[in-house]
Amino acid sequence: MNNVHELTVFILACFVGYYVVWKVTPALHAPLMSVTNAISSVIVVGAISAAAQNICAYSRIFGFIAILLMAINIFGGFAVTRRMLNMFHKK
Amino acid sequence: MASILYLTAAVCFIFALKGLSSAESARHGNICGICGMTIACVSAYLDIGNFDVCFVLSAVFIGGIIGISIAQTVSMTNLPQMIAGFHSLVGLAAVLIAFSIYFAPDLFGMASSTGMNTFSLLEMTLGSIIGAITFSGSMVAFLKLHGSYKEHGVPLKLNIFFASSMFCSLIYFMLTKNAVAFFLSTGCAFILGASMIMPIGGADMPVVVSMLNSYSGWAASGIGFTLHNDLLIITGALVGASGAILSYIMCKGMNRSLRDVIFPSEQEVFDETKTSQSKPFKLGAPEDAAFILKNASSVIIVPGYGMATSQAQHALKEMGDILKKEGISVKYAIHPVAGRMPGHMNVLLAEANVPYEDVFELDEINRDFSSCDVAYVVGANDVTNPAAKKDASCQIYGMPILEVEKAKVILFLKRSMGAGYAGVDNDLFYASNTMMLLGDAKKTTESIVKVM
Repeated sequence: MNNVHELTVFILACFVGYYVVWKVTPALHAPLMSVTNAISSVIVVGAISAAAQNICAYSRIFGFIAILLMAINIFGGFAVTRRMLNMFHKK
Repeated sequence: MASILYLTAAVCFIFALKGLSSAESARHGNICGICGMTIACVSAYLDIGNFDVCFVLSAVFIGGIIGISIAQTVSMTNLPQMIAGFHSLVGLAAVLIAFSIYFAPDLFGMASSTGMNTFSLLEMTLGSIIGAITFSGSMVAFLKLHGSYKEHGVPLKLNIFFASSMFCSLIYFMLTKNAVAFFLSTGCAFILGASMIMPIGGADMPVVVSMLNSYSGWAASGIGFTLHNDLLIITGALVGASGAILSYIMCKGMNRSLRDVIFPSEQEVFDETKTSQSKPFKLGAPEDAAFILKNASSVIIVPGYGMATSQAQHALKEMGDILKKEGISVKYAIHPVAGRMPGHMNVLLAEANVPYEDVFELDEINRDFSSCDVAYVVGANDVTNPAAKKDASCQIYGMPILEVEKAKVILFLKRSMGAGYAGVDNDLFYASNTMMLLGDAKKTTESIVKVM
């Protein structure tokens, strides 16, 4: 049953994404890419649970590297989005 | 408690995307996204409880410094490379997380007396495979956009071989739980990702970048399914949908199907022989161009990738300002696939402080060309090529174009008389109302400004 629940969440989220993204103005497609890139780095929560334990050394190291990579992505992604959005001015 | 926080984070992410519907709300959207990410990390901390915080924070700290310094220093011309590089990191992290689940399944609440159940194994391997494809595909895209790698044909049979061995080892792993099969399928996915992107031509890069954007989302979803974490599933689906829509928009902008982009036929890749340079054309000097521009009453500027490579956007803005002071209307026309990623031209113009009310999309501006005096084309070749409407035999036939040919005078800035990325000669160069300004777009525009 659990799997069906997750599939439901997944498919509904796809629909939400579909309708939200069609509303994005074409002028902001570049910031859209960088911000989606930053939020897909949310898999860092999986990496945190891998790095936070003391049971398996392999998992701990893999988790550490994954956190590091995702931190590059999260900070870099949001910062570059901010930089881009600050460029868009009215007259 | 943690699941409520995860839900809040998911809602924040939806608002971050929704904010991008207008430039004013986009800044709030970005802050929403940052809040969502913070909430997600805090709830992950609460979920786990007591652990070595310093170890985790040191990784965050190092990564954060690297990320912010990249984001602050990258030039807007090189934005597509940076985005491709970031996608590859998501893919690699997904692979690493899948590996750490494999080595310590009990940590993630997935072990029973008989080991992980088949369904979890499938989810974990899928997460790892999609991650691996995203990683190596994005690395190739990064190198291509960086200009250090040209396309190479890869025989389709080879791709089919790697894809089938990937699926075979996936099924074998499901049945036997043999570790070698797991690593083999991920290894095949690494090779497959690279060999799939290798043959794709430079003109199709906007599609590739958005497709990899979509993949990185699906990889995140795959990890979410493995970890039974709804936040990851939702976020992955949002990103996946966003990338898919962008790829669709880009394909439509080129009138190509996704299949044609992913499986380019070999003649299409290496066909650059059609260029003819014998026909006569009018060559202009910056003085002539300045005279024509000053006597116009409306000017439409059409930027393409040529503007990005020569960093001409600041000079263009300066020229536009002078023209506006003379009471001439200045507009910018942007084709959906101009540049190397979706929205690339808009960001470059915004960087040069061009107000976004002056920037128009293809269908908003196309009817204005017939009433405008001068079309000032900056290194945008294929997206203005009238052959797309007339010549059914050419590759770009059917692609919606900016109807520059309807303007009274066309000033065409270009480095040389060569054909564009698609390898199709442009009749516009030889039209009686076209004046070619050969050379670096920035220098040409600057000398026009000087003459004015």
